[in-house]
Amino acid sequence: MGEVTFLDVSKRFSIRVEGELHHVQALDRVNFKVADGEIVALIGPSGCGKTTALRVAMGLDPSTSGRVLVDGREVHGCGHDRGMVFQHAELLPWLNALQNVMFGLEMKGMRGAELRDTAEKYLELVGLTDSQKRRPHQLSGGMKQRVGIARALAIDPGVLLMDEPFGALDAQTRESLQAELLDIQARTGKTIIFVTHDLDEAVLIADRIIVMKQGRVHDILTVPLKRPRADLGMVRGTPEFADTRYKIWRELHDGEVVH
Amino acid sequence: MSNLAEIETKTSAPPAEDAPERRQWPRWLITLISVSCLLGLWEIFGCDVNPVFGSYPSAIAVAFWQLLVSGKLWAALFESLQPFFAGYLLAIVLGVPLGLVIGRFRTAEAALGIYVTAGYAMPLVALVPLLILWLGLGFKVKVAVVFLMALFPICINTWLGVVAVPKTLIEVGKSFVAPDLVILRRIVLPATLPYIMAGVRLAVGRAVVAMVIAEFFTTISGLGAVIINSANNFDTATMFVPIIILMLMAIGLNSLIGWVERTVAPWQAEIAGRDRE
Repeated sequence: MGEVTFLDVSKRFSIRVEGELHHVQALDRVNFKVADGEIVALIGPSGCGKTTALRVAMGLDPSTSGRVLVDGREVHGCGHDRGMVFQHAELLPWLNALQNVMFGLEMKGMRGAELRDTAEKYLELVGLTDSQKRRPHQLSGGMKQRVGIARALAIDPGVLLMDEPFGALDAQTRESLQAELLDIQARTGKTIIFVTHDLDEAVLIADRIIVMKQGRVHDILTVPLKRPRADLGMVRGTPEFADTRYKIWRELHDGEVVH
Repeated sequence: MSNLAEIETKTSAPPAEDAPERRQWPRWLITLISVSCLLGLWEIFGCDVNPVFGSYPSAIAVAFWQLLVSGKLWAALFESLQPFFAGYLLAIVLGVPLGLVIGRFRTAEAALGIYVTAGYAMPLVALVPLLILWLGLGFKVKVAVVFLMALFPICINTWLGVVAVPKTLIEVGKSFVAPDLVILRRIVLPATLPYIMAGVRLAVGRAVVAMVIAEFFTTISGLGAVIINSANNFDTATMFVPIIILMLMAIGLNSLIGWVERTVAPWQAEIAGRDRE
């Protein structure tokens, strides 16, 4: 119900910088496999291709070569088997919170009472029942992103793809949303692939961390922390957290694989 | 959780107590003073001018009253407004979808954009004789002239608005597998509304001018006829009456459109705010 496989995925861009054509190898033969129900973080310096990998998996950008499989089916464009959470939530400003969640469901063909009930159920899941009538500009950054998560979850995709979902939030809001995401995952069993540049976030949330550099998979680390991780404050205090965080930090800074 | 969010919204708003206490004049009062000054100056200096070469507010007011009681004004206004609204509404109904399609689809932009850009600069007055040959001298040709003048600003503004829609909003539609037409109607159209309304406003002025041109060059009728006939009789005060009525009508339509915009797109005013010096 949510297995994602990257098979030799490459992606080349051409961009024109001051009249000169540059070729950018955003992804270079990327291979990895994400199991059903697993949480995987993509981390790496900016321009390493982590967001491109996510967009290719979503079907927003086509790969130049290679294939992405979701539950064995090759990705050609977007599909309801994947739900996307955008970096800045990207809610439609003319719709209120409930209508924004309903939008995704309507695109899936849901109508009538079922549509409203489902949207309300998912807003409740992210704790926004009381704010469902508010428009995006009347919501705080954290609330917006929760609506974004509810919108993606509501269509009941096997895989949730998140592009730096908490990157634009303040530290306190980010921490509570990280805990909430783990909680939601425990309740729904979704596969989650998320892009982040925050080492703490990657270690706190993910089961495995894919370190990317220059379009390649540099290393894949398993986080030696069991789930459920109820108290993230306590997780931060464990030696496993510090150890894993340090390993990734070293890999990002001198490129040396430390195991 | 929701407490956190509340604190966030509360702290983000600037504290009202710290703002300097300042009494602001209401907008309508400023406008009223401005108009009164202009009318006063016009009255004082206009009186000295030969009444053939110019006029002044009180003389125009008398001429207005005479036109009104004779019933000529209502008849002329009614005659003018029919082709005006027919052409103007037709321009909105066709211009907005055309702009949406040109802005959204690159084939349409390449195929049709050039005509819209050229059409905006079309010297319509020169083409009126040709339009008369095609459509005659009556109602149809007047509608056509108003339509052609109003269409292009609406279409171009809509087009520019579509181009300015953030790519990520379109991607939201795509990632939920919305078909192209649904993206156009449910994402691009609402995101473009402020631009569309700006085009619709610009078109009011052009449509008014077009209406008078049409009345001058086809069957002389409506408010245009009142202007021409009084000008031919050297009755300058009466000539000003329809001119001022048309300008007042444009102001009225503009505020009506502003009200419609706030009603159909309330989020825009809420986001942009109206806090200006």
